[in-house]
Amino acid sequence: MKLSPAATAAIGGTVILAALPLVLPPYYVGLMIPFYGYAIALLGFNLLFGYTGLLSFGHAMFLGVGAYGAAVMTGVLGFKSFELTLLAAVAASALIALPVGFLCVRYTGIFFGMLTLAFGMLFHSFLFKFYSVTGGDSGMRVARMNILGLGFDKYNKIEFLAGPFYYYCLALLLIAGLIMWRLVHSPFGLHLRALRDNARKAEYLGVHVHRCRLAAFVVSAMFGAVGGVILGFRVGLADPELVYWTQSGQLVFMAVLGGFTNFFGPVIGALSYILLQDQLQSLTEYWRFVLGAVLALIVIVFPEGISGIAVEFRRRLGGTRA
Amino acid sequence: MTPLLETRGLGKAYGPFRALENVTMTVNEQELVSVVGPNGAGKTTLVNLLTGLLKPSEGEVRFMGADIAGIGPVALAERGLARAFQLIQIFPKLTTAETIAAAVVSRQNKRWRLFSSLSADGEVNARVREVADIFGLTHRLDTVTAALSQGEKKLLDVASAFALDPKVILLDEPTSGVATADKHGIMQTLIAAAKQAGVKAIVLVEHDMDLVAAYSSRIIALSAGQVLADLPPDRFFSDPHLIETVIGKRRGH
Repeated sequence: MKLSPAATAAIGGTVILAALPLVLPPYYVGLMIPFYGYAIALLGFNLLFGYTGLLSFGHAMFLGVGAYGAAVMTGVLGFKSFELTLLAAVAASALIALPVGFLCVRYTGIFFGMLTLAFGMLFHSFLFKFYSVTGGDSGMRVARMNILGLGFDKYNKIEFLAGPFYYYCLALLLIAGLIMWRLVHSPFGLHLRALRDNARKAEYLGVHVHRCRLAAFVVSAMFGAVGGVILGFRVGLADPELVYWTQSGQLVFMAVLGGFTNFFGPVIGALSYILLQDQLQSLTEYWRFVLGAVLALIVIVFPEGISGIAVEFRRRLGGTRA
Repeated sequence: MTPLLETRGLGKAYGPFRALENVTMTVNEQELVSVVGPNGAGKTTLVNLLTGLLKPSEGEVRFMGADIAGIGPVALAERGLARAFQLIQIFPKLTTAETIAAAVVSRQNKRWRLFSSLSADGEVNARVREVADIFGLTHRLDTVTAALSQGEKKLLDVASAFALDPKVILLDEPTSGVATADKHGIMQTLIAAAKQAGVKAIVLVEHDMDLVAAYSSRIIALSAGQVLADLPPDRFFSDPHLIETVIGKRRGH
């Protein structure tokens, strides 16, 4: 059986990611944990952006729901199970996304962007100001958790993150990717793309435009919460910085960098961003300047991002062979 | 027998401006009713009222006996009233097959199947092929619609509306933007497709009097927001005064 290019890319990527802890020093393996967090969140973000055509500038809010959810589950309620925490955070995120999305999806373009930004800022202020509940600027502690009921107590935190938790996150990314793949290739996914291209026409073909947008918004929020739990768990802290609007901007940056027109674009974007940021930070204190230049270059020269370059490269390679 | 589509005393005002006044009309089974009139006569307003996009200021719109005033395009599509647009409306990044499939998914009520594979759905794909076949778009199924010719885009726009299996279809200048030589070809394709698809009646909004004369079973002429005439084509075209009112202003174009 011949594999599709998407399946080949997915399997190749998984093999490489699975091999990393064997060849990389623990520092770099640990660096990959935020990659998994962002990659899962971005899969959801891109359902909204790439497939539904809604650019959210407040999506870090759902990273925050995940991280603070983890803090509440472990620190306040005393749960130890990572899976239970994931479920609770995803459910909380869906509950918050429903009313927020209900208000936002009535608008598109800049109005949708501004409205999501406003809700994101509102959530940030809440976390920042309600010191007694959220710990304000010092955040809330996220305690260590069991994965699949196993404590791995003989590992210290760094070993745990670079070992069992790394593979756990890889499995989560695969599951999230599979779910998203099914979603975007379902009849529902087709309706999302149809309304993205032309909402008026889509309505006349029986597409429930608002309901579809809302569903995409809620699903993307659920993915965001999973990413947030991973991010919060890694640093052991739910921090209001994670919800600040620059974080939402960073999600947009990652999606554009990887290419939002490609299914794998967000994952590639998350990886490139994390590696780029790490390297640049060690090279220069002006790393933001370089990142900005890279973004400008991508938007102007390669609007389809890194995945777009890869697809084009493959096409040319195939063309010369034929 | 209840008419498929009817309006009684229908009116729409925008502030002091009355775009449409006291329009009473019916569309019955097996009819192709053309709506004609000079620019600004209220044709587009009438279409938007008939398709539930606008709420009337007065009067009522009924589709198969039920009040449909302002219920919106989605609910209307579900009841069996479809619309194709004057300006071509496509999904630029979708393929021909996906465009038709979007309507088929609605029709087969599979829109909330979040995890089933669309490409593996034989029922949807069979219907997509059938519709593409009727409109001669089979060889274009995998083409991204932005790359289609103008004529093909127009056909696809209408084909996707047909894919809803509507009882009545409203065609708003289906041949606008198409070369004169192709107009009859497209109209014939549409009418044949409508018969094949079980469409019971067609409402045609059209400027081109050749087409109106050739295909209508009845002609409704609008002028300044009011019904000027509601006649079969032979009687309509035997009244020179009427024709002048309806098309006179467009002679200069």
